Amino acid sequence: MATAVITPERENYLNQEYGIKSWLLTTDHKRIALLYLLSITFFFFIGGFFALLIRLELLTPAGDLVHADTYNKLFTMHGMVMVFFFLIPVVPAVLGNFLVPIMIGAKDLAFPRINLLSWYLYMIGGALILHCMLTGGVDTGWTFYTPFSTAFTNTKIIEAGLAAFVAGFSSIFTGLNFIVTIHRMRAPGMTWSRQPLFIWAMYATSVIMILGTPVVAVTIVLVAVERLFHLGIFDPNLGGDPLLFQHLFWFYSHPAVYIMILPSMGVINEIITCFSRKRIFGYNFVAMSSIGIAVLGFLVWAHHMFVAGISLYSALVFSALSYLVAVPSAIKVFNWTATMFKGNISFTTPMLYAFGFLGLFTMGGLTGLFLAALGVDVHVTDTYFVVAHFHYIMVGGVLMGYLGGIHFWWPKISGRMYPEAWGRLSALIIFIGFNLTFFPQFILGYMGMPRRYWQYPAEFQVLNVLSTAGSTVLGVGYLLPMVYLLWSMRYGKPATDNPWNAAGLEWKTSSPPPTFNFDQTPVVDFEAYDYEHIKEAEEVPVG
Amino acid sequence: MSSLIFTLILVFAAKYRKRHGHQAEQIEGSTPLEIVWSVIPLCVFIVIFVWGAVIYFHERTPPRGAAEVYVVAKQWMWKLQHQEGQREINELHVPVGRDVKLIMTSQDVIHSFFVPAFRIKQDVLPGRYTTVWFRATKPGVYHLFCAEYCGTQHSGMIGWVTVMEPAQYQAWLSGGGATGSLASTGQAIFEQLGCSTCHRSDVQGRGPNLVGLFGKKVQLEDGRMVTADENYVRESILVPGAKVVSGFKPIMPVFQGLVSEDQLAALVEYVKSLNAPAGAGGTKVQESKVH
Amino acid sequence: MADSPVAVAHGPELRHHFADVEQQRDAASLGMWLFLVTEIMFFGGMFCAYLVYRYWYFGDFGAASKTLDIRLGATNTAVLICSSLTVVLAVWAAQNGKRKMLITNLVLTIVLGLTFLGIKAVEYAEKFEKHHVPGATFHFEGTVPGHPDLPANANHAEMFFSLYFALTGLHALHMIIGIGLFSVLTVLAWKGHYTPRYYTPIENAGLYWHFVDIVWIYLFPLLYLIDRH
Repeated sequence: MATAVITPERENYLNQEYGIKSWLLTTDHKRIALLYLLSITFFFFIGGFFALLIRLELLTPAGDLVHADTYNKLFTMHGMVMVFFFLIPVVPAVLGNFLVPIMIGAKDLAFPRINLLSWYLYMIGGALILHCMLTGGVDTGWTFYTPFSTAFTNTKIIEAGLAAFVAGFSSIFTGLNFIVTIHRMRAPGMTWSRQPLFIWAMYATSVIMILGTPVVAVTIVLVAVERLFHLGIFDPNLGGDPLLFQHLFWFYSHPAVYIMILPSMGVINEIITCFSRKRIFGYNFVAMSSIGIAVLGFLVWAHHMFVAGISLYSALVFSALSYLVAVPSAIKVFNWTATMFKGNISFTTPMLYAFGFLGLFTMGGLTGLFLAALGVDVHVTDTYFVVAHFHYIMVGGVLMGYLGGIHFWWPKISGRMYPEAWGRLSALIIFIGFNLTFFPQFILGYMGMPRRYWQYPAEFQVLNVLSTAGSTVLGVGYLLPMVYLLWSMRYGKPATDNPWNAAGLEWKTSSPPPTFNFDQTPVVDFEAYDYEHIKEAEEVPVG
Repeated sequence: MSSLIFTLILVFAAKYRKRHGHQAEQIEGSTPLEIVWSVIPLCVFIVIFVWGAVIYFHERTPPRGAAEVYVVAKQWMWKLQHQEGQREINELHVPVGRDVKLIMTSQDVIHSFFVPAFRIKQDVLPGRYTTVWFRATKPGVYHLFCAEYCGTQHSGMIGWVTVMEPAQYQAWLSGGGATGSLASTGQAIFEQLGCSTCHRSDVQGRGPNLVGLFGKKVQLEDGRMVTADENYVRESILVPGAKVVSGFKPIMPVFQGLVSEDQLAALVEYVKSLNAPAGAGGTKVQESKVH
Repeated sequence: MADSPVAVAHGPELRHHFADVEQQRDAASLGMWLFLVTEIMFFGGMFCAYLVYRYWYFGDFGAASKTLDIRLGATNTAVLICSSLTVVLAVWAAQNGKRKMLITNLVLTIVLGLTFLGIKAVEYAEKFEKHHVPGATFHFEGTVPGHPDLPANANHAEMFFSLYFALTGLHALHMIIGIGLFSVLTVLAWKGHYTPRYYTPIENAGLYWHFVDIVWIYLFPLLYLIDRH
């Protein structure tokens, strides 16, 4: 790969047009990705701020920092913001939007204007949730179970529901866009099995997005009309069934967690291959496992309801299916490990995040197996064990994958290298902070500390203090990349087309790419992860 | 399994790190290996599934002859009623070594009865009874938590389960301010609300005879067969038209809104006590006179 | 930025990120089908809720359903089926360059859609008068079909009406959106935007309209035809 010298005047998507209108009315998928990057990061810090307050309150057994109602609102808003405004959109809307067209050799997504609409829908949903929070918030937990949410709370359910509803449509349109793009806009020679596995992951994610999100949307509608018109759809006093809500809610919200993790798994494919200098081990199996996770993920929702009052036989079926869905994830982890075997591994920041992902996702996934075991679940469900489990996957998995991806593609997105030493340091701080925050919570849960508790018995304090201490370290770890990535946009070393000597069409165009991605439509005659034919750099480039 | 993965990752990271002159070896994959490492975990998973399922099955099948305690959850407290008549708030006293079955409902939102030491947890729902059972094996005092978020004082809806030696438990039972057994309370309500007018046990009344009914199969007007369990009795009082017994007219008045959960528990217990005295239950009902 | 080596002559309808008109049309079509899949899931959730309660409270639902006017419901069904016919004719007209026929059929579709909504409004008004609208003013007296001595449970009947209004309301909302879409298309068709080379919006709007029609085909028997003898 020849590396071109970048002259400052070269036209790319960033400098092609200036002015706020050129950004707010853009249809360029890369600019839209950056718009998402800004807004999603904003909401991440809001959700993170609530987490900080939660952990501060939990330093002491007594409820002495905030009032109980406030605490209940804190964990609700933390959950809502993090789930609907960070975890679901982050990798698809930031990395997916930026990379999907380029990786398959297209000029843009299939529906650029709908892409922009998706961002505006996200912003409207975001504005609604902000307004909701500023005018009192919601206190039902992000799961807003009935009849509490329909008949027993006076907080702003309908507004929060509307925010999630609108954000949901942002999600649906993004997924729709990706599916059509991947089906119809691949460059000549880019067959399905030559696609990077990131594309397979985005495809599977998009299928879940379009099938699952409408169900939670209509569930929100039902809750809203029940509140507005005092109906009894979920009210036992009027013949309704609170469990119906739970089934409808979890029918989306379980596949939703696969929406969150699959894209990050996609990122990991790209990083591990590049920094092991090897093609992926078992391409077909990894691709099919993404599809498998998407399909099976729709069949396990009631594993959130083992003690909710479902029948014994229901519980047996859903437990069995939950074990089935663990198999494709296990296959991926084994394939990634095997990819490293006999590789030529360098420990760049993205690779450090990938290592973190492998370890933490594996732990999170294995604790999921505990939860799928009916006998064990009865003890640990609704405790901090579950909280630790899903944070291991969401933070240890999704967020690590996202940060790894941001660092990996930062040269492509911004045209600059980030400072490698700071990158590695932050990855380490995040890893340590994360484990310190969440590992104690497994123990807390096993010991019996229920979740969503404002105050707790004194014997749980030591572990809570450890967890809070970890969260401050974690917070520092998150702030660092904010600072140095911003710094690099001005002062970072200008990036070449392919600073990592990575495989993939995105590395064959300039950093940053031109507005229509390629000077000429690429013709693909090589397999994915063609590391055999890519010259290695002797030194890993550092910024 | 995780330690294996972690070890492998660390080993590979060290052994295959980038070095001058070192090259990666391109390996496309290995279908046999893929199959092996899919099937072996699947087998392990099946074993774990069966293990967990067996425990769960045992846990969800209360044994016959268990002592029964009625639980009403409300924001933000636990109200418990023993069959002998004792009432407790946020506390449950039980004898060691005895099967205890809790019959639970909520007055408002969903709660969850959680005793970590006993490894039991069961959501408590409005509108129906859910049950959980345990046998305490060691005397002591154990945490009781609410484990389903239910509002402001969710974290305050906690209490204690006290497990006592049988003798101490007897002493505790007779020491309290109980006003007669739960069944007798139920009988009083039964008469007070006029149930005995139609539900007679001497002659065929306008309503079905309730003696010996509990636990049996009942044929309904529309042909369905249902079991007369706690939920059936409760529903028949609150929404009588839902399950009309075959051969009877739907004339029973609706009691929804007219009886509290506490009263319902007493009525259910009374109906249970109308089974033959030597029948299933082994409950200590002080008065089991059939009307 | 320079495009593919050979510049192909094309009309203004080709957007630059597509290689050719076929790709654009295929993409638009696939996009609309996928959107309809999401709509199936959207209505599906509500259908699920309805089916659960109908199974549990079949008799009471039957009693409530009897109070719906089956003639109005059947008329509406016929109206919608006709409107699907006019949509098909509109698409055919666009395919064959028959501008007048296209506009006529688009307008007919809108008229039929408005007719549907009008009849729906009449039905809703009747429900309002009879106090069958769920909420504070709800009042219901009836018997389970086939069991003249068994009064229907008012709470369960209210459940029926809650889901009736939710389902038909959601459907009507989609009809309104569809009528809005077709109005825009009529104006554009009148301005000559649609040719045999490019009539994708007509085709896709047609797909949407057929979907809304099919939802009604399910709603009508489920809501109106419970246990009628």
